[in-house]
Amino acid sequence: MSPILFWIFSALMLGFGAATILNRNPVASALSLVVSFLGLAALFFGLDANFIGVIQILVYAGAVMVLFIFIIMLLDLKAEQRRQINIPALLGGVAIVVAFTAQLVTVIRSYKAGNEPFAAITPNLPDAHNIGMTLFANYNLPFQVIGVLILVASIGVVVLSQRELK
Amino acid sequence: MNFIDLLKRIPEICKTPETLPLEGKKLILDFVTWLGSLVGIAVPPWVLTLVNILVVIVAIIAVFLIMFALMSVWERKILARAQNRYGPNRVGPWGLFQPVADGIKMLTKEDIVPRNADKVVHFIAPIVMLVPALILPVLLPYGRGMVAIDLSVGILFFFAVGAGSEVAIFLAGWSSRNKYSILGAMRAIAQMISYELPLVMSAVIVALVAGTLSPTGIVEAQGGYQFGFFPNWFVFTPWGFVACVLFYFSALAESNRSPFDLPEGESELVAGHLTEYSGFKYALFFMAEYVGMFAINGLLVTLFLGGYQAPLPFLTFIPSWCWFFIKLAFLAFSLVWVRATMPRFRIDQMMQFAWKFMLPMSFAALFSAAAWHYAGRGLLGWGISAVLVAIPYFALGYFCFTRHHSADNRRYLFSE
Repeated sequence: MSPILFWIFSALMLGFGAATILNRNPVASALSLVVSFLGLAALFFGLDANFIGVIQILVYAGAVMVLFIFIIMLLDLKAEQRRQINIPALLGGVAIVVAFTAQLVTVIRSYKAGNEPFAAITPNLPDAHNIGMTLFANYNLPFQVIGVLILVASIGVVVLSQRELK
Repeated sequence: MNFIDLLKRIPEICKTPETLPLEGKKLILDFVTWLGSLVGIAVPPWVLTLVNILVVIVAIIAVFLIMFALMSVWERKILARAQNRYGPNRVGPWGLFQPVADGIKMLTKEDIVPRNADKVVHFIAPIVMLVPALILPVLLPYGRGMVAIDLSVGILFFFAVGAGSEVAIFLAGWSSRNKYSILGAMRAIAQMISYELPLVMSAVIVALVAGTLSPTGIVEAQGGYQFGFFPNWFVFTPWGFVACVLFYFSALAESNRSPFDLPEGESELVAGHLTEYSGFKYALFFMAEYVGMFAINGLLVTLFLGGYQAPLPFLTFIPSWCWFFIKLAFLAFSLVWVRATMPRFRIDQMMQFAWKFMLPMSFAALFSAAAWHYAGRGLLGWGISAVLVAIPYFALGYFCFTRHHSADNRRYLFSE
């Protein structure tokens, strides 16, 4: 991936990520989040991780965001827009962010391996095959357990929605 | 190299129709090189790469927009025939220039934005709708070696991009600040989420059997003929037939075609999310819907109907890219046929059909495909897999769609 594209997509991702939290309007936030996810997916594509990039779009930008949007559509949007800015909370938030960033920077500075370039990855393995082999050969049991967990959750939803109206 | 040589190559290229599009692309690239030598400079490689990409993009967009224009006439013609009337026949021969007249009408119409609408979102919704629809066709293989992007995860990417239209419909419905729009958008999103499951499931079955997610690989897996004349298309296996039918109806629902056109049901919701759109923005929605419909049916051709493979061995003299478009035209005709003959679903019927019938059937087809594979993909496997899809089919039909209770003691559930 050319560095120009990397910077464009990173800027897109970070800019819209910031817009997600800065927007007062929930719908605008949700849409900014979609664009942020798309930027992240483009970065995955640039790393030749096509499969993860596609899954990023399919699951997050597609399924999850559509559900978010669906819920937002059913909510009252006015309450969030009318809320006043709380000055102490804002100051506290900024202080925590500054402290966290400072800590992050000092840790990364002192971490030697973080400053060295990676050895070139030898690509051209079909990554869908890799992920399939890892999931179903090495981590088969955890995968099945997660499957059962999701099944239980979906049965729970069916049970809740079958409740009769009084 | 001079211009005469280039001209001489045209008849040579036309002699072999199989490779005509690819050779035509090479000719255009050579023409650009010749233009460079005319000015006296060597054309830099990035210009050639750019021209190479642009030629493909322009060709695909042009073909799909011409198909959209022809389809808009053809659909009205077929509908008219089904209703025993003439249909459009005033503009041009047989009404062929009707899309031009429609285009002029759409362009010159007033573009109305409601006063309370979210103006920015109202403006970008048609664009968000059209862009994914135009990305979809580049993933399809149109002929041997004729695929714009041969992505190893092409099928998944197709569905990922296709999900963009859901966001666009939401944008359109929400930004209009109109209760019909938002109700239509909610219906559309509920419908698209529900029908995406059987759609993706039936594509997954094909990916499992073919062992690849690349559309070209899937078409290649359907090459060759059984007993010397019977094509190896997936639609001719029991699981493939079931998956193909499921995919066809899910595709109908995904592209909001009748009988699944509830989101814009005129009699209840005016026009759903399109209510507040007029002029060219409406035309963009219309265009996106049709291009998306062609793309998803192109995927159906790729997955089940053998893509660019000829149906019989002695028909291989017709170039492969013609076969793709012949099959696509047949599917397009069947879509209009369905629209002319089927009444619209009711919303609860539609949701029940997706969750209680199509989703279990797609799982049954998955099991059946696995049985087919492990029984050796021969006649024995064919029989076993036929039984494995027939049992769930009749069981589901008996338990879900036969009335075991009368209408008056129907109880309304929380989810309704």
